[in-house]
Amino acid sequence: MDKETKKVLFEPLVDNNPITLQVLGVCSALAVTSQMSTSLIMALALTSVTACSSAAISAVREHIPSSIRIIVQMIIIASLVIVVDQLLKAFAFDVSKKLSVFVGLIITNCIVMGRAEAYAMKNPPLQSFVDGIGNGLGYSLILVIVALFRETLGSGKLLGFDVLPLVKDGGWYVPNGMMLLPPSAFFIIGLIIWGFRTWKPKQVEHNEFKIMSIAHGEGGHH
Amino acid sequence: MEAYISLFVKAVFIENLALSFFLGMCTFLAVSKKISTAMGLGIAVMVVQTLTVPANQFIYQTLLKEDALAWIGITGVDLSFLSLLSCIGMIAAIVQILEMILDKFFPALYQALGIFLPLITVNCAILAGSLFMIERDYNFGESVVYGIGSGFGWALAITVMAGVREKLKYSDIPAALQGLGITFITAGLMSLGFMAFSGIQL
Repeated sequence: MDKETKKVLFEPLVDNNPITLQVLGVCSALAVTSQMSTSLIMALALTSVTACSSAAISAVREHIPSSIRIIVQMIIIASLVIVVDQLLKAFAFDVSKKLSVFVGLIITNCIVMGRAEAYAMKNPPLQSFVDGIGNGLGYSLILVIVALFRETLGSGKLLGFDVLPLVKDGGWYVPNGMMLLPPSAFFIIGLIIWGFRTWKPKQVEHNEFKIMSIAHGEGGHH
Repeated sequence: MEAYISLFVKAVFIENLALSFFLGMCTFLAVSKKISTAMGLGIAVMVVQTLTVPANQFIYQTLLKEDALAWIGITGVDLSFLSLLSCIGMIAAIVQILEMILDKFFPALYQALGIFLPLITVNCAILAGSLFMIERDYNFGESVVYGIGSGFGWALAITVMAGVREKLKYSDIPAALQGLGITFITAGLMSLGFMAFSGIQL
């Protein structure tokens, strides 16, 4: 693997994460993360759709007139999502029942479209494929972290195994019901962003203004 | 008439697309820095929603629904599996037309919306509006009201969010939490607030 491919593949994990930095694909991150198993399937489905659609769109990028590019991209993406949906129905019917709505919503997941617009329209197919996988992995990372907190703290289980024994089963843990409600995903993602940006100060958004600190007596001298 | 009003109120508050169903979050978080831009986008979403929901309702009821083709003498055909593709095609077409109109007549708004205009197509709120319409089997009149109501609810949510964020400028937030981080937490608090509406029965 040469340096360029490595950069395209691993940069979206932390340095240019689709959710925490590019603000793409947030809706499903809130909706499917109350359980780890649905999150994993969703992450896999999204990664494969992003990679394949980026490669396909990049392959025909020179033939798409720019005025109808959105429709062409949407049709490629929608067809791929229908394929994924049918595959899930054929080989993992139980999971597909659980996920039905969310698989359809991959069409409107901004990561797929965002990468098509921002990367695949300007780069060759192979690189676009790798870029799709990279961004899919970045998305998966956030999904797994959020699901880890929500399922463990919300129901005391992880992938169906008991991690924290619940009070009602004779254990000691009182489940936090709010973790199963979607607003908790907002809080967890907010805290993840805080963590990432403390670790990588380059990502911090600086304001165009500065609050004057009066306590040190320097206010008013600026 | 009363049914339409209660449908409208329900679509705006109780079933607010942004804060109760968490749809259209990407644009909701990214374009809510300034009230004026947020309002522009909110109006764009409302217009697209008002056009696409009835348009998709018409296509679904006359072409795709089971036995819908009876009016040209074909019975026993169920094309509803195509509804996903036809909905998104219709939405993409309407957004593309809107983009050309904005580019021509309102270049300032076009510049301000940037990449988020084409992304209205993938705004889950728009597709979800059409899918909810299909799922709940609205008639044409109801679909118009639902389109306006759900679009208005989304516009309201993003404008309120932008208002909160403009005030947030004056607060002293830890450096690493500034911008997106605090926005997520604010949105979480707002959606907790909106969950209070879910207890209201109309």
